[in-house]
Amino acid sequence: MAGFDKRVQTYVQALDGLRDGMTVISGGFGLCGIPENLIDRIRLMGVKDLTVVSNNCGVDGFGLGRLLEGRQIKKMIASYVGENGLFEKQLLCGELEVELIPQGSLAEKIRAGGAGIPAFYTATGVGTLVAVGKEERMFKDRRYILEPSITADFAIVKGWKADWYGNVIYRNTAQNFNPLVATAGHITVVEVEEIVSPGELEPSSIHTPGIYVDRLIQGSFEKRIEKLTTRAS
Amino acid sequence: MALTRGEMAQRAARELRDGYYVNLGIGIPTLVANYIPKGIDVMLQSENGLLGMGPFPMPGAVDADMINAGKQTVTARVGASIFSSAESFAMIRGGHIDLTVLGAFEVDVEGNIASWMIPGKLIKGMGGAMDLVAGAENILVLMTHFSREGESKLLPRCSLPLTGAGCVRRILTDLAYLEIHDRSFVLMEHAPGVSVQEIIAKTSGRLSIPDRVHEMKFSR
Repeated sequence: MAGFDKRVQTYVQALDGLRDGMTVISGGFGLCGIPENLIDRIRLMGVKDLTVVSNNCGVDGFGLGRLLEGRQIKKMIASYVGENGLFEKQLLCGELEVELIPQGSLAEKIRAGGAGIPAFYTATGVGTLVAVGKEERMFKDRRYILEPSITADFAIVKGWKADWYGNVIYRNTAQNFNPLVATAGHITVVEVEEIVSPGELEPSSIHTPGIYVDRLIQGSFEKRIEKLTTRAS
Repeated sequence: MALTRGEMAQRAARELRDGYYVNLGIGIPTLVANYIPKGIDVMLQSENGLLGMGPFPMPGAVDADMINAGKQTVTARVGASIFSSAESFAMIRGGHIDLTVLGAFEVDVEGNIASWMIPGKLIKGMGGAMDLVAGAENILVLMTHFSREGESKLLPRCSLPLTGAGCVRRILTDLAYLEIHDRSFVLMEHAPGVSVQEIIAKTSGRLSIPDRVHEMKFSR
């Protein structure tokens, strides 16, 4: 039974083993569904020269923007990095390297990485800068490029609820990249809002089965909103 | 008179059909949701993992876990589903979206589209745009006919880095609705009060004028 208990008690334990130069892949879309406490812990650890894979890079002072503050990111792999002044500054002065990948290719690279598929062909990016240097092949009269998959030393994930076994469910659009990211880490760390007793989650409602999860911790979350938009009441 | 943003969205909404799954890009395309014709039901897809996007929430019902691809807080409508980014792009790349409406900096007579990068200016990333144009059979580009610098955005060949090659067939601007056939923009409709001569003068790529060009009609 204890062999399946993925819970750790502290954020120190949750990220034990993370060292300079490692690759970290993070779930989240904008500021929605980001593992905010795990990111803050990485900031505190002060590890440097990280390669970070995430759809976006947070904002100034929150999310992955905190790791930019600590000058801890050497290379950022993302699809969109628009909302971050510090990112811009570090990019322009050459402190930071960036690789931009179409969002669907990024998702599929992570999914494939977690599924043991080393690369796949896609039509996305054919005839654009994304295709430069990549193998091209025709299938049924259409051109495709070969995209290598992505895995990481650490995967950091934000879930809603999980049981001790590391079975995770996500809430609303906070799901986004999280279930794919959970599959692609050598060590996958999941933080959730609530850890429940085994048996409380319906097996068929699980998004991430516990087999992918190495460490599980319960945290409290700010859940900052990037663009608050409401209807006229 | 050139069309307003609202009129562009209103004209674009006439391309919607009952039962369509539709992805609307950021900017003017987003406004299309305000003009869905009566008696038609469409399901809006947001590429962060929501099919069946509803209106913005009431002020007291905001949920930080519920956003659209523009990172705005939204709601889910009845019949909606929520899923991962991989699932979302399987829909897009697998050709399951019936109509994609998106903006552009430039379009050319080959059907190439440039919408994500201006060299020398800050590069923010392509987000999902390259996947959307590569995956959709049915793409409508919604953009102004002229850039702010007064240059035609309908070109013989795109000058900016491409988002997709040979994927655009239909363009709606503030002056006209055009289709691309045989390496030529074909003028299908002109905006009310905009002359064919003006459209000819403002289109840099090869333009074909059929015998009859319809005037767009708007209910005000």
